[in-house]
Amino acid sequence: MKHHHHQMLSVWFFIGVLLLIYGLIILTVSLMEYSHPAPVVLAGYHLNVWAGVVLTLFGLFYTIRFRPRPKRRDQGEQR
Amino acid sequence: MNVALGSAALSFINANRLISLSAPDILIIAIYFVAVLGIGFYLKKFAGSSSEDFFMAGRDMSAWVAGLSFLSANLGALELMGWAAATYQYGILATHFYWIAAFPAMVFLGLVMMPFYYISNTHSVPGYLQLRYGEATRALSGISFAFMTVLMSGINMYAMALVMKVVLGWNIHFSIWVSSLTVAVYVTLGGLYSAIFNEVLQFFLIWLGALIIPVAGMIEAGGWSGLTARINQRVQGDYVHLWSTLGHFKDNPMGVHWTGIVFGLGGVIAFGYWTTDFLVVQRAMAAKDLRSAKMAPIIASYFKMIVPAIVILPGLLALGLLSFKLVPESAAGPGLHSYNEVLPLMLARYCGPGLLGLGVTALIAGFMSGMAGNVSAFATVWTYDIYRPYINKRGTDKHFLLVGRWSTILGVIASIGTAYLVTHFKSIMDYMQALVSFFIAPLFGTVILGMLWKKASPKGGFWGLLTGTLASVGMYTAVVVHPQWLRYVALSTDAKPMAENLYRALWSWIICVLVTIVVSLFTRQKSAAELKGLVYGYTEIPGDGDVPLYKRPLFWGVGVAILFAVLQFLFW
Repeated sequence: MKHHHHQMLSVWFFIGVLLLIYGLIILTVSLMEYSHPAPVVLAGYHLNVWAGVVLTLFGLFYTIRFRPRPKRRDQGEQR
Repeated sequence: MNVALGSAALSFINANRLISLSAPDILIIAIYFVAVLGIGFYLKKFAGSSSEDFFMAGRDMSAWVAGLSFLSANLGALELMGWAAATYQYGILATHFYWIAAFPAMVFLGLVMMPFYYISNTHSVPGYLQLRYGEATRALSGISFAFMTVLMSGINMYAMALVMKVVLGWNIHFSIWVSSLTVAVYVTLGGLYSAIFNEVLQFFLIWLGALIIPVAGMIEAGGWSGLTARINQRVQGDYVHLWSTLGHFKDNPMGVHWTGIVFGLGGVIAFGYWTTDFLVVQRAMAAKDLRSAKMAPIIASYFKMIVPAIVILPGLLALGLLSFKLVPESAAGPGLHSYNEVLPLMLARYCGPGLLGLGVTALIAGFMSGMAGNVSAFATVWTYDIYRPYINKRGTDKHFLLVGRWSTILGVIASIGTAYLVTHFKSIMDYMQALVSFFIAPLFGTVILGMLWKKASPKGGFWGLLTGTLASVGMYTAVVVHPQWLRYVALSTDAKPMAENLYRALWSWIICVLVTIVVSLFTRQKSAAELKGLVYGYTEIPGDGDVPLYKRPLFWGVGVAILFAVLQFLFW
């Protein structure tokens, strides 16, 4: 996004933060119930742990990559 | 039958809902609401300085942001749950709506039509028609668009509320009011900025929340071959081939012929929807430059092509894996689940606490992105194409900004009203298709002739659009009154409603085009000076400039065509 007349936070930063929070919640919950998972189909695969890890990493990447930084004139556009 | 009765008994014990949410699920849903509202409040200061900011997001979006929101506005609750439901009914044929009915039209929009929309510097599709043909055509398309948008938004809302009721036991009024008021707040505050930001966010949530179904489903079913084997075992007819069953209306579950799919769906309906429905076009018009505006629909077409993984595949998995049969909405009752519940049923099958909340959030996000798309497009068309030309010509920019905010609220209230109205309609999807062919198919005729044919005259455009729309409404009414007339509209008595829609769209488009051509040849045409920047031949279209190959829209357009060909071959 171009930041010309005002300094707007990148939309990707919002996404990163939200996914990071979701990842941590799902990871925590799924690890807490790891030994006695909810009775869903394929519970033995612990898909929620995997999902938590993926979301956390994804969120972390976006949060760091698009974190608000003091604006410099020569800084290229951020998508 | 036994299976159905068994499950009826089971869910009687289960009280009247399918899924119980745990605390982490509720937390995830609550955080989602906080996030979208927070974004609305944050963006208020950026959208409040001029109407250009509010309605066009300052024409400041990158190709990626515009592209993802372009697709997200299209991924409404109906789109997700409705097509998963349609897949359960019609099998893999539903994928045609994502493949042949998407990428050719989206790439065409990007490469051929976007330059005219963008260069004419208009605010909306009806706005383009005003420049090209004049006031009458603008008024006709503006009013029909406003009407259609509110209807669609209401249908979307009803679809979601119904599923939330069945699945989560939420009160239908609660779902309708809470979610639509949330949309009203964030769009009213942040305008198109807020709608687009949230759409990109919702895009991610929809994908990540729903992705668990295809992943887990494929593990359970034993891959694609395992899944097709199970489906063939359980249902009669071919549900797993895209083209090989389309030789005759009788041979496939959809009751459609390949000509209907290719010309009606891939041709007229798809081109009409993707290139003239302002709901999606608005997102591309908000791009920061012409190259980004051209790239936006092309980027979206790639993602559209993989949406079947989270919509079609769950429908097929349900067909192969669920131990009970789903029924039409009209037959659903205690213990009998309707087709529309496919997606939530599959979520409940695989998702434990937390993940389930994310899945439900994906459905809510889908609903909201669709609704915000409708509402922000409605506010723009209402303000620029109805209010400003016909109600108050001499307002200040501040005044129109205020009108934009109020019309957002008006749009939401009208949608809520519609949601309560559509409770009487039996099949939501067919109804939506009927709507699209009423308005969108003829509109495409008018817009495309306007862009590519210099001789299309103001009167020609108006009468073409009017007769096309009336012809479509007429055909629809005729078949409702005399069902045996289906053979004239859809060319076969074996055709099902889906096929009828495809052909009706095709006829209404042809009628619109013929009338436009004939009337144009006999009425006053606009001069070259008047058409500058609006028509092919009188418009200088800037090239993409000196950019590397991988930044060129054409390059990516060819890429998606190759991907399409490979997919058709694989699932033929």
